[in-house]
Amino acid sequence: MLLINCPWCGERDETEFSYGGEAGIVRPENPEILSDEEWGDYLFMRKNTKGVFTEQWNHSSGCRQWFLVKRDTVTYKIIDSYKFDRSDSENKGSK
Amino acid sequence: MQKNRIDQISEINKDKLLNFTFNGKKMQGYQGDTLASALLANDIKIVGRSFKYHRPRGIVASGAEEPNAIFQIGSGAKTEAGLKATQVDLYDGLIATSKKGWPSINFDIAIINDWMSKAFGAGFYYKTFMYPAKFWKFYEFFLRKLSGFGSAPDQKDPDNYDHKNIHCDLLIVGAGPAGLMSALCAVQTGAKVVIVDEKDRFGGKLLSSSEKINNIPAPEWAKNTQAILENSPNVTCLKRSTAFGYYDYNFITVCQHFKNHNLNQVKQRLWRVRAKQVILAQGAFERPLVFSNNDRPGVMLASAVSEYVKRFAVLPGRNIAVFTNNDSAYQTAIDLKQAGISDLVIIDSRKNNNSNAYLDVSSLAIEVKFNTAVINVRGNKHVDSIDLASINEATGIHDKEITQRKCDLLVYSGGWSPAVHLHSQSGGKNEWSNDLHCFIPIKSNQECESVGSCNGKWSLKDCLEDGLKKTKIILTNLEFDTPDVPLPEVEEKKYFSISPLWRVKSDIEPELIPKQFIDFQNDTSVTDIFLAVREGYENIEHVKRYTALGFGTDQGKLGNINGMAILGEVLGKPINEIGTTTFRPAYTPVSFGVCAGQDIGKFFDPIRKTAIHDFHDRLNVPFELVGQWLRPWYFPRSKETLYASVHRESLATRNSLGMMDASTLGKIDVRGKDAIAFLERIYTHDIANMSIGKCAYGLILGEDGMIKDDGVMARLDENHFYITTTTGGAATVLSWLEQWLQTEWPELDVYLTSLTDQLSTIVLAGPNSRKLLQKMGAKGIDSDELPFMHTAKTSINDLDVDIFRVSFSGELAFEVNVNSNSALSLWQAFMEHGKEYNITPYGTETMHVLRAEKGFIIVGQDTDGSVSPVDAGLGWMLSKNKDFIGKRSLTRKDSNKKNRKQLVGLYSVDKKSVVSEGSQLIKNKNKDKDNPVPMFGHVSSSYFSPILNQPIALALLENGRDRYDERLVAVSSDENEIEVIVTNPCFYDSKGERQNV
Repeated sequence: MLLINCPWCGERDETEFSYGGEAGIVRPENPEILSDEEWGDYLFMRKNTKGVFTEQWNHSSGCRQWFLVKRDTVTYKIIDSYKFDRSDSENKGSK
Repeated sequence: MQKNRIDQISEINKDKLLNFTFNGKKMQGYQGDTLASALLANDIKIVGRSFKYHRPRGIVASGAEEPNAIFQIGSGAKTEAGLKATQVDLYDGLIATSKKGWPSINFDIAIINDWMSKAFGAGFYYKTFMYPAKFWKFYEFFLRKLSGFGSAPDQKDPDNYDHKNIHCDLLIVGAGPAGLMSALCAVQTGAKVVIVDEKDRFGGKLLSSSEKINNIPAPEWAKNTQAILENSPNVTCLKRSTAFGYYDYNFITVCQHFKNHNLNQVKQRLWRVRAKQVILAQGAFERPLVFSNNDRPGVMLASAVSEYVKRFAVLPGRNIAVFTNNDSAYQTAIDLKQAGISDLVIIDSRKNNNSNAYLDVSSLAIEVKFNTAVINVRGNKHVDSIDLASINEATGIHDKEITQRKCDLLVYSGGWSPAVHLHSQSGGKNEWSNDLHCFIPIKSNQECESVGSCNGKWSLKDCLEDGLKKTKIILTNLEFDTPDVPLPEVEEKKYFSISPLWRVKSDIEPELIPKQFIDFQNDTSVTDIFLAVREGYENIEHVKRYTALGFGTDQGKLGNINGMAILGEVLGKPINEIGTTTFRPAYTPVSFGVCAGQDIGKFFDPIRKTAIHDFHDRLNVPFELVGQWLRPWYFPRSKETLYASVHRESLATRNSLGMMDASTLGKIDVRGKDAIAFLERIYTHDIANMSIGKCAYGLILGEDGMIKDDGVMARLDENHFYITTTTGGAATVLSWLEQWLQTEWPELDVYLTSLTDQLSTIVLAGPNSRKLLQKMGAKGIDSDELPFMHTAKTSINDLDVDIFRVSFSGELAFEVNVNSNSALSLWQAFMEHGKEYNITPYGTETMHVLRAEKGFIIVGQDTDGSVSPVDAGLGWMLSKNKDFIGKRSLTRKDSNKKNRKQLVGLYSVDKKSVVSEGSQLIKNKNKDKDNPVPMFGHVSSSYFSPILNQPIALALLENGRDRYDERLVAVSSDENEIEVIVTNPCFYDSKGERQNV
């Protein structure tokens, strides 16, 4: 069971959290001008990375805050967890 | 009479005699015995019958690896199935029963399987009981009986179980020499330590050792160390506790068994341990040797025999042969000699050597036959003699010349395998050691270290040193001062030289000699491995599944290593290329009781009750569980049925006044200067043009364009909205809204607050609802002051309330929101003042009927995540003026294809039959004519409508809106075909005149 460091509350068991999938999927500015295929890419296509992966987690049974986690999908090691507003070049989860 | 009990210093307490029953026979043992040691003391040779061939079997081992002595323990509600006698501590009044063997374990009629065993190779069941397929239930009944699995209790378990969480710096698994040394080192630093061991005292193999530590006998050193640990406040000592699962982030589950518990105490406890570092010191398992009839009762592991002799003062034989390929069994011979056995021989498969072990036994005048193997065991129900032959050094095949030797106990040792189970579960890999001839753990993925014999350290000194050294490094890494703990002085025996012997080879085909067993619990023998390879199985995981190797509750602790090596031999590959099968939790079987802990009965899931619950409860109404909420289903008067009750409630509402507790609706307060911008993106309709005080029905879509949730939303002020969600969707919707706000649009100034518990909602519906409110003092709710789909604040009975004039029934209706603390009193006031209007409380069933009569959907019942607003007939709610979540998906090709299923209404042609929800809609009766029958849709809601006096249903039907007036047939598996007519889903008051008064 993962031990996740909520940037607001500290380390808690995985059971307190819910998973939000791949981070960095930005909602297109103008969905209307996209082709069906482009919209489908946004909607359905995910990387399924082997290795270090940035993902969204929600401390759903705690502070209800969403945050970002960098996790190795092979070893399950969590490398980093941080708030959305951290000025980080890789932090593209939010606009 | 305890025939095999000897006079010797041991761990048992001979002053405390315990009575127990084995298969109905009364026996006695002593305090400190396990069930296995007590059975051996009573000279019980046959403890069960084997799984497939029903061969007699005896006790082989002394721990978690025991494959044969598996019993039903206790009776009645407290009975437990499948416990290993080696892990059950004896108590007074214990009842043990064999579940294998009929009519008895001593005479089992199904031994016929053994005589016909050539027909019963691997895959026999797969190949034989395939046809005809429908006979399987019949076969299964008998096969299960024959297989002898235990019986589950047929009453509720009266025992208590619980869970406990613990965080520590260091978890030590196993309290043998390495584990104790590690703990002794850690205890001095003040680190928070948890040490667990399966047995009821610490020491492991030290307890039956003849070696010395710091000049005191090893068992005494173990006892002293245990006392030190138990007296240290920073150490939690868990005895009779098995670490059975190793999960991510050093999360380890431990099951603790309590001795002599009574019903008010806990029987077993699940410890959920989160450790910064883990030391694995689980020790090693001794391997059996593989030769013909090696499964006969009276053939036992050498270390187990030493343990029975030294810890329990039990001597299970008098004329004993020790068969080995390594030195460690020599110690057993010495132990037996010292216990007074003179008829003793060591049969060593290795070449003549002058090891310390050999010199030691020679000085005790114990005979050793080198270069010799036991090739067969004679005796039907118990060892009676053994066949010996010398082994050809070049070929490894035994000679034809055979000598026989009488014996009543054959002790064997095939060497040792480190218990790498938890290490492997942690994600660690294992590597074959050509020096040690076993798999040893290499680097773990987690913060854990294997020490002692589970790391391939065989000598006592090496175990202590390994434990001490690694613990010091770990403690330093944890930033504790490195403790100054010296390595104890050790007087040890270095008995660990080995030369592998994976099976005794013969120049005759394996099929033609008596079976050589590999896995006793599943009756897997050498011929099964040969057969599996002949049939094309090469991967160990496939061979395992085909032969059932390691499938028993011992999980192959005993037999797997021999199976892997023999597979390598047959395939001509070295064992490191064969590899191991996957080690998974649980290490030993764990009861359902301890997994569930206290989360049973009313603690299984939280129950949510509305503020008005007491009123419903006093009327003893039947409740429906919606999400975790208890909602009144209907309000029966005296012995009314559901049908009669719903009929009365629904007509009373339509004709005068009904009242419902709708407090379970999800309620969210939305504020902030960007509230409008936010809600525009969430809801499908236009928000900005809503005037203050206006309500609207709102749809929330997923980004895939499908209906996700619905509810009423109201604009309370410039930047202040109140929205409701479905009862079941409240938490999901709130979390989903938060996700958009926090992750996608953090720039929006919006605050969401759940009000679900703070506010209660009472629905008043029916033509007299306004009259009741006005009679009770509500102001400003006349039709011109508060038109349909508007909200107002007023007070009733001096209580501040928010009134929403919305309707889910199609009647003139008001949803009254009140502070939850006042909800019950307001409800009761409505009941009191509403008497003149025959106020009738109604439940969820009547609510469903009333809304279905109006064709209103229930998200999750009439939608299933694949229904778009257009499908549901709600296309008019989609704004053309803005983007919203899911909008783009509605113009995808698939969202606009022909033959999508659309919401329609159905009447039953006979005006009597109510179709079943879930029924499929097909064209004609006689459905078998066209096979497979084309299905056009399904029924999502179905009721008898009291006001229309006929059945109605809602359905999702291909091109439904183009098929009004068409006749179809609704079929379900459990009833007749019912003819229906397709119609508009709104059955009643389609112009909405009743709600607009």
